[in-house]
Amino acid sequence: MSMARKQRAARMLRAATAAAVLLLAGCAGAPSREDPLEPMNRALYQVHDAVDTAVIKPVAQAYIDVVPQLIRTGVSNVFNNLDDLFSAVNGLLQGKLDKFGDDLGRVLLNTAFGLGGIFDLASMVGIERGNEDFGQTFAAWGFPQGPYLFVPLFGPTTVRDGTGVVVRIALGPVGYIPEVPLRNSLYGVGAVDLRAQALSAGAIVDTAALDRYLFIRNGYLQRRRYLVYDGKPPPEPEEP
Amino acid sequence: MAAIDPAAWRRAALVLIVTAALFGTAATAGAQEAPDAMVKRVAQDVLATIRSDPAIQAGNEARIRDVLEAKLLPNFDFARMAALAMGKNWRGATPEQQKRITDEFRALLVRTYSSALNQHRNETIDYRPLRMNAGDTEVIVRTLVQRASGAPIQIDYGMEKKADTWKCYDVVVAGVSLVTNYRDEFNEQIKGGGVDGLIKTLADRNRGVAAK
Repeated sequence: MSMARKQRAARMLRAATAAAVLLLAGCAGAPSREDPLEPMNRALYQVHDAVDTAVIKPVAQAYIDVVPQLIRTGVSNVFNNLDDLFSAVNGLLQGKLDKFGDDLGRVLLNTAFGLGGIFDLASMVGIERGNEDFGQTFAAWGFPQGPYLFVPLFGPTTVRDGTGVVVRIALGPVGYIPEVPLRNSLYGVGAVDLRAQALSAGAIVDTAALDRYLFIRNGYLQRRRYLVYDGKPPPEPEEP
Repeated sequence: MAAIDPAAWRRAALVLIVTAALFGTAATAGAQEAPDAMVKRVAQDVLATIRSDPAIQAGNEARIRDVLEAKLLPNFDFARMAALAMGKNWRGATPEQQKRITDEFRALLVRTYSSALNQHRNETIDYRPLRMNAGDTEVIVRTLVQRASGAPIQIDYGMEKKADTWKCYDVVVAGVSLVTNYRDEFNEQIKGGGVDGLIKTLADRNRGVAAK
């Protein structure tokens, strides 16, 4: 290699190093190693918050005001019953046979004697929900959490949890309903039911948070960690 | 045997009484209330008061705050909560800043707690068995709040042993520690405007300025 080419290569290396340092310094502005995409996520959160305030929250509030508690509980129970079935599957996938048994028992009891899941008899007799899902199964299998994501209309998640949700939705059963309007209505009711359940939590976040984006992010990540470790998370390493 | 002087009898009796009194005090201090019993007593007392107070039933949230101030808050160690939320920044703050942060953080938590309590006052609490070894100075008291609708919520209280009582330094709702949850927010405020910036933001929130 000629002298001139060597010098040019050295200059390019220096320029590349400088660029990398600048880039890293820029990244240092994002405080959390769990949320490297914070600037993008914050923008998406703003979009979500605007749509939520304008449309989704009022709809959920109207649902609470119009539909009696008894019926709303029945609706939640039907969707929970489906989730319990997938919780049983995920308990099995992680080798948690006690949770698998409890969740399967819940589904059988509630489906057979609770009118297809409208009544949660299993909770009345004290069989607790396992609360397992694909995101937790992936964690148990050693998949890394991946970056935190805020998805408008859906909410906080991570690459690992979001993948789990995609798997869950793909497996149905609502997606298998051939009649499109009915299928979409069911998705809609499910979404409104979830949002309505979160209304009181949202009011608490509004009072408590200094920065709602961070409050929701940290709450979500803490909650997921707690679920992954079945309520016994090891102490978190102190950040340097 | 010579008759004992009545004055000597009286002296002996006095010594006995004083000793008994001293031991009695010591015994009471030794038999300190267990942390789970204490959480249960305080929670039941607060809930019973709130449920029977006509002003609160009519939706008076300021009255809830009075009840909390009288019955609940003396059982919290707010300085420790503020220090935990500040993390490594706590030691960099002056004692005066530490006190202001503690006061403002306390006010914020009370506002949050009273609005939450206002929405959830009619729920019942199950107390889980306490796992504690003799000599433990920190324990977690686990409770399960049964709601009229929806899944029960686990609420745990981190309790620290003090000289003659236990004090709560963290509340963990469904696995989310209230204190830890503030750490990034506090950090961000301090990065942006120093410790005084954090104090100002907390004070603004307490005066009802909305969060960003």
